[in-house]
Amino acid sequence: MSSLAIAANNLHKSYGDKVVLDGVDLTVPEGTIFSLLGPNGAGKTTAVKILSTLTSPGTGTGAVRIGGHDLATDPQKVRASIGVTGQFSAVDNLITGEENMLLMADLHHLTKREGRRTAANLLARFDLTDAAKKPASTYSGGMKRRLDLAMTLVGNPSIIFLDEPTTGLDPRSRHNMWQIIRELVTDGATVFLTTQYLEEADQLADRIAVLNHGRIAAEGTAGELKRLIPGGHIRLRFTDPIAYRSAGLALRDATGDDDALALQIPSGGSQRELRSVLDRLDSAGIEADELTVHTPDLDDVFFALTGDAHATDARTTNAHATNAHATVPAQAKEAVR
Amino acid sequence: MSTLALTVRDSSTMLRRNLLHARRYPSLTLNLLLTPIMLLLLFVYIFGDAMGSGIGGGRTEYIGYIVPGLLLMTIGSTVVGTAVSVSNDMTEGIIARFRTMAIHRGSVLVGHVIGSVLQSVMSVTVVGAVGVAIGFRSSGAGVLEWLAAFGLLVLFATALTWIAVGMGLVSPNAEAASNNATPLILLPLLSSAFVPIHAMPGWFQPIAEYQPFTPAIETLRGLLLGSEIGHNGWLAVAWCVGLSVLGYSWSTSKFNSESK
Repeated sequence: MSSLAIAANNLHKSYGDKVVLDGVDLTVPEGTIFSLLGPNGAGKTTAVKILSTLTSPGTGTGAVRIGGHDLATDPQKVRASIGVTGQFSAVDNLITGEENMLLMADLHHLTKREGRRTAANLLARFDLTDAAKKPASTYSGGMKRRLDLAMTLVGNPSIIFLDEPTTGLDPRSRHNMWQIIRELVTDGATVFLTTQYLEEADQLADRIAVLNHGRIAAEGTAGELKRLIPGGHIRLRFTDPIAYRSAGLALRDATGDDDALALQIPSGGSQRELRSVLDRLDSAGIEADELTVHTPDLDDVFFALTGDAHATDARTTNAHATNAHATVPAQAKEAVR
Repeated sequence: MSTLALTVRDSSTMLRRNLLHARRYPSLTLNLLLTPIMLLLLFVYIFGDAMGSGIGGGRTEYIGYIVPGLLLMTIGSTVVGTAVSVSNDMTEGIIARFRTMAIHRGSVLVGHVIGSVLQSVMSVTVVGAVGVAIGFRSSGAGVLEWLAAFGLLVLFATALTWIAVGMGLVSPNAEAASNNATPLILLPLLSSAFVPIHAMPGWFQPIAEYQPFTPAIETLRGLLLGSEIGHNGWLAVAWCVGLSVLGYSWSTSKFNSESK
């Protein structure tokens, strides 16, 4: 028994001249959430398509094992242990939600009774019981996504691939989906999640890999990734210009903003660093009106790693947003087909 | 579960899915039924006398002549719907889901084919009933002939359906699928369905005589009306088997290479 749910070595894939994946290694321990984070066109969907047997890996790809089964020699065993919810809804729009669920039950070879029970339970769990008898084509985006995931769970898969599960959902549906994803792991499943939302990876994932231009730019926990990036600081704001000036003298390493009467002191945000700053202020008898600790968030990490300096500006300066976006390669989004 | 049992079980699940679609959205099937019924009424009641004298009889004789041809044309018309629904299906995300599941690969297509053959049988029954209502009578067909006629219709429907499935798979959308499958409705016009081969220009006769519809039509006429079948029986079976094999290998190779 392997304790790795997914072990992929050196994933390669090209379409014609275009290299989509250029030597990607992925390891996901059982029972964890792994997030593949990257901008549009980074190769996230292609990675999911290969790992879920939809697309064959390109030449040069090493061994790929999913749930302990070899992807190349035993794709049916791989399929039996995975569930996939793609970026575009994989429901049959012509039939009702319940019929979609029963279709899945039949394809997983459940008995009629088991099938009905599983369908009813999952529909209830995903809050779709009232809509069960309506055609899936009439469902809202959030409902369709829930039905999609409910269908994926009929076979009780041990490894679940979620390709941008919350793209296009409103904030409430997104939080619902996050809650559902957390529950999946509580129930013992392994989740492989792709997203372009940093907050989503930060909220959910045990480990995050940042994919950019077909390569892993960095990998680690959210905390580890944040530590890769400088930029943490303590910010002190004053209303009294005299207090501001004397604080600037007491804290030599601070950089000042005379207009805002604010000081910035570089800091990793640890308790010790914070106390040293407060001690120095105390001994000089200065009281700041406002103190904030800024730690780098995943946004900082993401933009630093995906090597797009302009994009960082775009977050703070809206006027430059159009220019900044133009530097991001405008690649068509791949769809799971 | 053995491979065969798996195949049968998954294919019947897919068949149920397709029948559900057909039952929920019957308009396409009904629209496709209109063409052969309109043609039947047009040729019998409007052109009937002229066409009848062309085959050395009257309108009544012409009803006998045209009904077998239109029954096979009905199949050609029904499978246009198959091409459209296969093409529609392939644009749905659910097909990608099926590909990631441990099910029998071909079951999606087999479900379409069996569903479409059943639909063809139903449509042929409806058109046949209209034929009987306006005066078609089979002369001297016994149980054996009726069984053989039924077998021929099923075989012919299977052959055309596999071709239509292939057309649906290579078409990027429903409109293209409908256009690509149109020859299956037009081909009967160039067969012995409406006028006998010997009434056509000499240079055209070989084309009309050996295209798939004519041997099947002549065989059906022979079975239902007791006319000479000759080599048409074997030719019809050969066409059906040939087209089925061709359509099957074309469709499955297209379907399996679909993932991009």
